[in-house]
Amino acid sequence: MWLPLNIALTHLRTRKRQSLVSVLGVAMGVGFFIAMAALMQGFHVYFVSKVIDVWPHVVIKDEYRSAPLQPAQRLFSDGVVMLRGLKPRDELRGIKNADTVISDLNRRTDLTAAPTLRAQVFLRYGSKDVSATLVGIEPEQERRVSHLENDLIAGNLNALHTAANGIILGDGVAKKVGATLNDTLSVTSPAGVVLKMKVVGIFRTGITPIDNFESYALLKKAQILQDRPNVINQIRIRLNDVSQTRSIATSIEARLGYRTESWEETYENILSIFVIQNGIMYSTVGAILIVAAFGIFNIISTVVHEKTRDIGILKSIGFEERDIRRIFLIEGLLVGLVGTLLGWALGYGLTRLLGAIRIHNEGFITAEGFILHYTIIHYLIAGSFALLSATFAAWLPARKAAHLNPVDIIRGAA
Amino acid sequence: MTPLLEARGVTRVLPGPVPVTLVSDIHLSVQPGEFIAITGPSGSGKSSLLYLLGLLDAPTGGSVYLEGRDTSKLSRNELAELRLKKLGFVFQFHFLLPEFSVLENVMLPMRKLGTRSEIQMRNRAAEILDELGLTSELKKTPEKLSGGQRQRAAIARALANDPLIILADEPTGNLDTKNGHIVFDIFKRLAEQNRQTVITVTHDQQLSALTQRQIRLVDGSIVGAEQPATI
Repeated sequence: MWLPLNIALTHLRTRKRQSLVSVLGVAMGVGFFIAMAALMQGFHVYFVSKVIDVWPHVVIKDEYRSAPLQPAQRLFSDGVVMLRGLKPRDELRGIKNADTVISDLNRRTDLTAAPTLRAQVFLRYGSKDVSATLVGIEPEQERRVSHLENDLIAGNLNALHTAANGIILGDGVAKKVGATLNDTLSVTSPAGVVLKMKVVGIFRTGITPIDNFESYALLKKAQILQDRPNVINQIRIRLNDVSQTRSIATSIEARLGYRTESWEETYENILSIFVIQNGIMYSTVGAILIVAAFGIFNIISTVVHEKTRDIGILKSIGFEERDIRRIFLIEGLLVGLVGTLLGWALGYGLTRLLGAIRIHNEGFITAEGFILHYTIIHYLIAGSFALLSATFAAWLPARKAAHLNPVDIIRGAA
Repeated sequence: MTPLLEARGVTRVLPGPVPVTLVSDIHLSVQPGEFIAITGPSGSGKSSLLYLLGLLDAPTGGSVYLEGRDTSKLSRNELAELRLKKLGFVFQFHFLLPEFSVLENVMLPMRKLGTRSEIQMRNRAAEILDELGLTSELKKTPEKLSGGQRQRAAIARALANDPLIILADEPTGNLDTKNGHIVFDIFKRLAEQNRQTVITVTHDQQLSALTQRQIRLVDGSIVGAEQPATI
């Protein structure tokens, strides 16, 4: 066996209890990191994939990011213009030339666009009044921009055509209003139009705000209900490459002028929670591993202290400084390595355990139990962090050992 | 003829607010096969001189020549290599690694040198230990050995890489008279039969009388007539 490794192993072997404690410290850090990362990223990844699945990647809205410039402001673009008592013009809401815009967009190969009219309605069934968002869609086009059809737990999308006035409810909405499939409820719009509509489908996406507040009908019916014939106020877009959403949204907005949101922008506040969550996770686990690193530092310092005589004799025999340093670095690395391997097993076990727990969870996302994300990357991150801190913790005492002067040691012992 | 080991004006001063002179202006020339005792009262600089001659410590003045080569210009790693290949140390305390068997302790310098195969190292270590009368103790750890046996094991380790010079610092300091004589007999045999040079520090008059040549140090300087042994 390679000599420094042999000596290092012997040192650790003769200090079983201390070595074990250090190894366990590393293992726990690594294990908890893996379990926590699986838990936290599980939620994150699930949320993102759900949103990407359910929600259109990009939405063009019938509004502008900033108010249009007044003629005076446009004229003196580098001057200071102050206008008082300005009253914005009542504009007819809706995307102008929507048909042309959509057919233009659909000519592109990297995306699919579909028209919608999105507005508030009241659903009334029996004694219950529930407010919801009614989204008017063209089923054929909607199919290509969202996965509404996959999320239906009752009924089907084509029934919107076959039923006279069909409506598809989120399961939360259905529950609130107390309606089930084939029930007829009356739908009232702010424009005052009332329509009797039949529930032809119920969907569940798993994302609570959508399931609890959204409903779908044919675009035509929605326009009648809102008394806005031929108007659409949102264009939903699905991309082939999800990573392009931001840049495509920006380019469309630059061309059309309408506020164009990528899904990241729509869910920005939630995504920012994940950033904070990751920060908490990394700092907690970092703290655990730092404590583990102190354990390693402790054991190796102790070994160096106890083995001062041996270091003296090894140096007098002709061992070089780097040989001595290697011995103690290897000890740290071994503790880190064994700790990492144990930690991987522990982490896997913990995630499995978490995965086996069944709880009904209806928060932001509806799920039975914890959503976990299994990825080799967590194992690699935890492992490299553990090895790095182990090496660093061993480095300091190893350097001290290498610099010891054999004459001092031998004199001191005599 | 170039001496095997030569000290030319070797001085060692410990720096500090009050500098302490350990040895001063030592001139010494050692030939192969010599058995030398460095004697003197305690604090006279015997051990310090030995460490300087053994390249464990560096002189603050003058230099030590090994086989005609000035060692004061060598790096720490080069000195370590010289110690490994050409020198062997025995100390007052055996300094055997407690976790390793006697055999493994003797193999340690050979492993570091790395010129022999595992089996060759094992055989050679067993052979040396056999010569020193430790045949039945090979597998034992040092703590299971008697004081005399330990010191012989330490000598075996010093002999592992067939050194030109064996340097011993009070090797009998912890031994009874009988074991002390055994150690000196071994040294004598090494010098006479193997032509290995042995330099030992001792304050035991009886034992130093067994050597060919005595160097007496008082207050860091050689006193008395010092004649190189003629061969």
